[in-house]
Amino acid sequence: MGLIDRRMGIFLTGLFILTVAVPAGNLWMEGQPVPSYIVSLLGKYLCYALLAVALDLVWGFTGILSLGHGAFFALGGYAMGMHLMREIGDRGVYANPELPDFMVFLNYQELPWFWYGFDQFWFACLMVLLVPGALAFVFGWFAFRSRVTGVYLSIITQAMTYALMLAFFRNEMGFGGNNGLTDFKDVLGFDLQSDSTRAGLFVLSAIALAGGLLLARAITTSKLGQVLVCIRDAEDRTRFLGYRVEGYKLFVWVVSAMMAGVAGALYTPQVGIINPGEFSPANSIEIVIWVALGGRGTLVGAAIGAIIVAAAKTLLTGWFPEIWLFALGALFIFVTIFMPKGVLGVIEGALAKRPKPQPDGKEAEV
Amino acid sequence: MTIFRQCLAALFCCLATLASAQSFEELVAQLPEGKFAERAAVVAQLGALGDPRAVPVLEVLLEGNLHVLKSNEAIVAVREVGSDDVAYDALTGEEFGIIPRRGSSKIRVNNGLRRDIRAAIGTLTLRAPDPALRLAAADAAFRAPNPDQLELLQSVRSDESDSEVAEALDYAIAATVLESDLPDEAQVAAIDTLREMGNQDALSVLTPLLQATNPVMAAAAKDAVAAIEANQRLWNMAQNVWFGLSLGSVLLLAAIGLAITFGVMGVINMAHGELVMLGAYTTFAVQEVIRASFPGLFDWSLLIAAPLAFLIAGGVGVAIERGCVRFLYGRPLETLLATWGISLILQQTVRSIFGPNNREVGNPSWMSGAFDIGQMTITYNRLWILLFSLAVFAILLFVMKKTSMGLRMRAVTQNRAMAANMGIRTGWVDALTFGLGAGIAGLAGVALSQIDNVSPNLGQSYIVDSFMVVVFGGAGNLWGTLAAAFSLGIANKFLEPWTGAVLAKILVLVFIILFIQKRPRGLFAVKGRAVEN
Amino acid sequence: MSIQLSLDGVNRSFDGFKAINDLSLTVEKGELRAIIGPNGAGKTTMMDIITGKTRPDEGEVLWNQTVDLTRTDEAGSARLGIGRKFQKPTVFETHTVEDNIALSLKDDRSVWATLFDRKTAEQEARISEVLELVKLDGDRARLAADLSHGQKQWLEIGMLLAQDPELLLVDEPAAGMTDAETMRTAELLRDIAGQHTVIVVEHDMEFVRALDCRVTVLHQGHVLAEGSLDHVSANEQVIEVYLGR
Ligand SMILES: Nc1ncnc2c1ncn2[C@@H]1O[C@H](COP(=O)(O)OP(=O)(O)OP(=O)(O)O)[C@@H](O)[C@H]1O
Ligand SMILES: [Mg+2]
Repeated sequence: MGLIDRRMGIFLTGLFILTVAVPAGNLWMEGQPVPSYIVSLLGKYLCYALLAVALDLVWGFTGILSLGHGAFFALGGYAMGMHLMREIGDRGVYANPELPDFMVFLNYQELPWFWYGFDQFWFACLMVLLVPGALAFVFGWFAFRSRVTGVYLSIITQAMTYALMLAFFRNEMGFGGNNGLTDFKDVLGFDLQSDSTRAGLFVLSAIALAGGLLLARAITTSKLGQVLVCIRDAEDRTRFLGYRVEGYKLFVWVVSAMMAGVAGALYTPQVGIINPGEFSPANSIEIVIWVALGGRGTLVGAAIGAIIVAAAKTLLTGWFPEIWLFALGALFIFVTIFMPKGVLGVIEGALAKRPKPQPDGKEAEV
Repeated sequence: MTIFRQCLAALFCCLATLASAQSFEELVAQLPEGKFAERAAVVAQLGALGDPRAVPVLEVLLEGNLHVLKSNEAIVAVREVGSDDVAYDALTGEEFGIIPRRGSSKIRVNNGLRRDIRAAIGTLTLRAPDPALRLAAADAAFRAPNPDQLELLQSVRSDESDSEVAEALDYAIAATVLESDLPDEAQVAAIDTLREMGNQDALSVLTPLLQATNPVMAAAAKDAVAAIEANQRLWNMAQNVWFGLSLGSVLLLAAIGLAITFGVMGVINMAHGELVMLGAYTTFAVQEVIRASFPGLFDWSLLIAAPLAFLIAGGVGVAIERGCVRFLYGRPLETLLATWGISLILQQTVRSIFGPNNREVGNPSWMSGAFDIGQMTITYNRLWILLFSLAVFAILLFVMKKTSMGLRMRAVTQNRAMAANMGIRTGWVDALTFGLGAGIAGLAGVALSQIDNVSPNLGQSYIVDSFMVVVFGGAGNLWGTLAAAFSLGIANKFLEPWTGAVLAKILVLVFIILFIQKRPRGLFAVKGRAVEN
Repeated sequence: MSIQLSLDGVNRSFDGFKAINDLSLTVEKGELRAIIGPNGAGKTTMMDIITGKTRPDEGEVLWNQTVDLTRTDEAGSARLGIGRKFQKPTVFETHTVEDNIALSLKDDRSVWATLFDRKTAEQEARISEVLELVKLDGDRARLAADLSHGQKQWLEIGMLLAQDPELLLVDEPAAGMTDAETMRTAELLRDIAGQHTVIVVEHDMEFVRALDCRVTVLHQGHVLAEGSLDHVSANEQVIEVYLGR
């Protein structure tokens, strides 16, 4: 039951090797075997993986199927995007030192109040945690206290992200409307286009993923983690033992939302844009399939699932764009009907059946 | 200025009577002569003459296309065809042929003259044989009241037999009276007439009178404006209710199939929206075939599409149930994911077959157009959709409550094992129930194709809404779905004037989220122990 | 002796159906009380009301003559010291037998405390003690899901004991047990009564006889008779509605 069990150990080792090899191959090796765009692409996958871990914490362990985790991710992304917009300063098209381009374009006279403070990096970082955290807290406070569970909870989380999407599409909201936030130049003085900054962000994403995994693992192996599983399996029974279920749910829900926010904050500078599409219900459901594919309730599996699906999406949409949705749709059906334990479950099951399991099965870093 | 104009008008009236012997042709020939003032006199005489042939000539003059040829002084209408100027005889419409650029001079008009021309055209059409033309003329006279026309209007009014035109003439007379210098009693009576009229147009005539120096008039106008505004608020409300009902019927259609699959069976069918989309594309395909092969049947296209859509969507529904959902009973969250996968596949299939763009689905003639009730406008397509949604609802209610099939459906969904023991073929009933929900989604698609863009994304835009409706109404309760659809529709439309469409939608969503916290089982919850665990 | 629990004039209806009808009942500290009555008499609903799962429409439910139980929720009543075994055995299936007991041990239930909780030697000892009592010490590492129905019953009783509650509400503990096990359960409940107050609902008359305690007969949400088993079995009405002739 230690913090780092076998699968966690293997995954973290693989992640560490990747974290050293990718920047090395991009920055220092002869002939640049790892092109720059791959660095950002892999960095993006790692952000997705962190997001999947966040969802696994609430779905896999507590039984709350959130169809709105994309909202927390996007809010984190927007918080970081707002800082990056302020960093542009007067280098925008309209060269307005105070207002981002889209505000000049929409005839804003002054900066809206909720943009105050985002010129400070530390403030933005704080908001990356606080904004998703606060939304999760308020939402969870109401939902868990009134004991909305199961499908109903899923549906209102979906409504939440849908409402946010509609809101962020509005120009009047002050977040750039349907174009979102983009044209970032640099962060803390490092040019976002430069290879070294990209490599740095990649390493940061890897560290965040490892940190997120360890935190989630620490939570789930604690007694609190056991209580979460109790809630998942028999919520009523847990109550009759004296546990205030809503408090426990609220705790993981907020932690998970903040984790998703961090993932979003790292995603924005690597992708170079954040727009309201990130709030779309379809995006949030896709996160669920990452977790289901990797293996619900395994943390590491969720991360692997995210990376597999994201990589498949990149490859398939590149090769045959027509096929991608068919493949994704089939994946949803196949995994839920035939692979309830996910890839990790299948692999570990196969290993367990073998008379002598190989000690260093490298299966985890697919 | 007005005095000057009135003097002029009086003068021209005299002239007109003097020249009454002049024929239509002679008057037209006089048009190019003199200054704007003389031209206005000729126009007035043309109006008074009452010869309907004057209308097209005056219209051309109004457009500024009436020219006089330098060669033979003929009055012609000049139109540009390609890069050439082509002349037509203003009286007969006969083509003279291409004329050189400087071969003619234009008969000029200014703003004052344009007004007079319109008035003259109005006068001419006030006696036109077609009531629609007369109505338009009366409206025109209302919009540009001219005291000189008062007598004309009154005489036309006394001859008018069509009640609608007569009413319009009354309003025109009232507006004209208000422009004239008739005594107070007449003016106040006119204000009262406009108060009866009671719409925005009446208001625009009356509002300036609030500033009138004459206290009697100002007071009367104030009363009338207040009365009209109160009346309008009422009509506005009625119109909003209508819009709300209309939106509600759309929501009902979108949600009603889901009320079966989700509400009754407890299956979270995320592909529901795509089944609606299939219905819409069925309509499109039917219309394509009709357009290509049987154009005469176009008005029947929806009636042909409806059963087809029911069968196609229902068939796909049965396939979904047998091929996927049945392995997942009792695992609602997994069902949700698997059906989402199906929705992606259906979307992409349709995109591959029909392309990613919006498809044009036409309205049959009985679905287009609109009519007025008082001051609200009701479009036929919205009305039919409302009726259709209620009909579908009624049929569904009948099937579920009164037929043996419905009884079996409810038995199976409530206690599968028990129903199986009683000899009900549960698998078959499951498939049919799901198929019924899906088929109704297809029917919804036929109706929605009439008012929404038919694209592969059609379903996605309804899925959140329809779940909200079913959950808000209370899963398992058809009446709840009905009430939820209409109350959400109306709430939305009443919010819209204050907040705008998008914000209204957001507010309604937030309201539902909060509502579900308070009453997790919805408006009309199915009560009892069974649902609690 | 002081009063542990008192219900006074409690009413509760569901959609017009009166499940609990003017129910009054007092249980003393350390008492063992059996509740019998036909199906649908309102026995489980009564427990729901005591534990705060169901709110009464009217009436008073007092704990130790001071605390108003109509205002506490399930967790609140558990924290006051009311433990409950459900009619349908519910254990945490994906946890081991040992963890099931560990999670039930009397302890700080706040989120922070559980997050940083470490098992003490004392707690380990207590877990073993309870497991021995319910004869599951051989199965401590097994998943609860793998247990038989009867074993689950025992596990749930063990969880109840681990909570160390002042009052135990036990709903049909003998269902699914062999005769010998049934008798052992009765013995166990008799043993713990005294230090704890115990209310048992059961249909098995042998079991009730073995409990050898005061019996309350419930019918249509109302107390029909109360007294020793022999006393109530002699009651005409009880024979009419429940025992049969
Ligand atoms: N949540 C509820 N909704 C509707 N009716 C309920 C609810 N809870 C209990 N009832 C009704 O109250 C009555 C009493 O039920 P209860 O479960 O208390 O009976 P019981 O005495 O425990 O019966 P048994 O011996 O069968 O366990 C029953 O008729 C039941 O249908
Ligand atoms: Mg009971």
